[in-house]
Amino acid sequence: MPSAIRRRSPEELLRQVQAEEDYERRGRLKVFLGYASGVGKSYRMLDEGRRRKERGQDVVVGAIQPKTSLDIEAVLNKLEVVPLREIDGVYVMDTPGILKRHPSVCLVDGLAYDNPAGWPHASRWEDVNELLDAGISVITSINIQYIDDLRERVTRITGKQVTQTVPRSFLNSADEIVVVDAPPEMCIARDGQLGSGSGGPEQKLSELREIALLLAADVVDKQLEAYLQRNGIAQTFGAQERILVCITPRANAAPMIASGKRNADRFHGDLTVAYVRQAEISAGDQEALERNLSIARAAHARIEILDGQDPIETLLKFAHEHGVTQIFVGHSTREQWWERFTGTPLDRLIRGANDIDVRVFPH
Amino acid sequence: MPDRPPAGKLKIFLGYAAGVGKTYQMLEEAQAAKSAGVDVVIGYFEPHGRKDTIAKTDGLEVIPRRKIDYRGGLFEEMDTDGILRRRPELCVVDEFPHTNVPGSDRLKRWQDVQTLLDAGINVLTTMNIQHLESLNDQIWNITGIRVRETIPDWVMQQADQVVMVDLTPRALLNRLARGVVYSQEKAQKALENFFQESTLVVLRELALRQTAHEVEIRQVDYDAPGFEPEPGYRDEAEATSDNADRILILVTPEPSTAMLIRRGKRVADYLHADCFAVAVSREIDLHDVPPQEREMVEHHLNFARNLHIETRILQGQDVAKTLVEFAHLNGVTHLFLTRPQPSQWPALSRRSLVQQVVHLARDMQVTIAADRTNRQHVQPV
Repeated sequence: MPSAIRRRSPEELLRQVQAEEDYERRGRLKVFLGYASGVGKSYRMLDEGRRRKERGQDVVVGAIQPKTSLDIEAVLNKLEVVPLREIDGVYVMDTPGILKRHPSVCLVDGLAYDNPAGWPHASRWEDVNELLDAGISVITSINIQYIDDLRERVTRITGKQVTQTVPRSFLNSADEIVVVDAPPEMCIARDGQLGSGSGGPEQKLSELREIALLLAADVVDKQLEAYLQRNGIAQTFGAQERILVCITPRANAAPMIASGKRNADRFHGDLTVAYVRQAEISAGDQEALERNLSIARAAHARIEILDGQDPIETLLKFAHEHGVTQIFVGHSTREQWWERFTGTPLDRLIRGANDIDVRVFPH
Repeated sequence: MPDRPPAGKLKIFLGYAAGVGKTYQMLEEAQAAKSAGVDVVIGYFEPHGRKDTIAKTDGLEVIPRRKIDYRGGLFEEMDTDGILRRRPELCVVDEFPHTNVPGSDRLKRWQDVQTLLDAGINVLTTMNIQHLESLNDQIWNITGIRVRETIPDWVMQQADQVVMVDLTPRALLNRLARGVVYSQEKAQKALENFFQESTLVVLRELALRQTAHEVEIRQVDYDAPGFEPEPGYRDEAEATSDNADRILILVTPEPSTAMLIRRGKRVADYLHADCFAVAVSREIDLHDVPPQEREMVEHHLNFARNLHIETRILQGQDVAKTLVEFAHLNGVTHLFLTRPQPSQWPALSRRSLVQQVVHLARDMQVTIAADRTNRQHVQPV
């Protein structure tokens, strides 16, 4: 197979070595992700702990939910448990005890739990972070309703408020994430918490399930990026649609951005609006550009102002480096006479894009 | 083929590689159904010598395979007629994308399943994401392997449920190393292509996204009256155009047309858009087109129809003009063209087709689809 390995700068090499070292030192984080209670994520977590122990790894249970089922009891009996500590009537994971015991793998349920005041960390996920820093691998489980940037959406669906959350960035740092994708009908019987909110229970579970799957896909995407970075691989393909809308002051940007936004939403992809800085533009153009950029901001697009001698080359370089799958460009149908001989900028863009869709908005 | 949903219900266990546990999970569900009093049979099961999975078939009735003589060899396929005679409530069918040996009643196993569903039998089946037709080029691009056995997207869309069988790539690689998935020799070979970690990660992400998409299309009808989009950003194009996206694909003899059709259809599916494909010839029914090229065009049109895309052959002297006129008449919002061939690049005397179309199609979007076969493959340093 041909390879796309580029020559890397010393800085890049240094960054890679650093990334590798940090990665080697830290414990591994594995997350079982559920979209409703009753899908069996705690069981999956414990069962993985049991299997690892049977394969000879040093496994302990750091924290488990108080309410347990018979299935869970059965697995728990086969595992060593570091008991929770009680502080002012609140149970808290005994992080100092676990650090002293120093197992190779620790199982932690209830990642979003708040710790009582006076505990070194405010929340349990920060304790987990400390375990990871100490080189202890952690297997944990979480319901999507406790992830900070999903809380609102999930609340709209379930009608149930939660106060404790885990930051998305922490989840993104996971080495492995597994969706416990039980089909909705399995959860309905078990789950009594979908009373309020709109839609029937099946519809709600289906919406939650979709959120969980997409979240996992996003985390997987982050992992891939990190993996490629660590291994110094320049990989241009990916599983996610990434749309790059190219604008200029004169571009009719509104329909392009609207279309980009809709496509990105439907594909659950990523939207970037880019402008290649032009020297000495008129005040009128500057104003038009600002207007276009504000449309991009309203669409929640990522905005990139690029610098480069040749706009086409600059855009193509950016697109290739960022795994863009679709480039949106405006194109004036008024042709300049000399373009008959040199080819239009559009020709050059299409020629250079090769492995990227080019979507033209004639005007 | 009619688009109405068949009488039986189909559930697909979707994975991203051999060994993630699709068959195991399917059999677990079959066992649960049997315990609940459902009349279950195994229509087809591929053991692959995996002990845990084989154990899961215990107590389930198996319909014996049908033996088919082909070129002096004896091959075994699912006995669809036998299952129809036995008439269970639920049938387990492994390896949904399998191609039957010549001499079978139907070309593909998914067509056998279709027959069972039409007869009102519910089916559980398994497949990997790399077998989905619309992802074929991307999969080639990612793995370097052209998957021949594919499932048209509409077949997956007809399934009542798609469940992702998830396992992390690292866990899968461990399984492979422990010899759970393949024999040692086969495992070594597998590790060299499909089973590179970065490849597995991408395949897994594709499977997760596809499952999310399948979940989504089963819950909300975007065109239904009363559907309220999320508050916040207002989509101008959608608000004014009644959300009537219509995609038109230009079919030519170029081999890259197959890629164009897959891509156009995939975009149409995600946008909930109508999708058409047309070829243009000077004389009626491609009479002026040289036989070899005509065969290619017909092949591509046929391919489009298999993906449930409506096709048409247009007659006109000027390809660009004919295409755009047809598009205008039919309310098309979005054209899909292949990339110009290198030989067409020096645009000294005449404009390329792309230029001509863009020039005429002022109020439409024009996509020049990527050549996804050319992406370079990557190996770790």
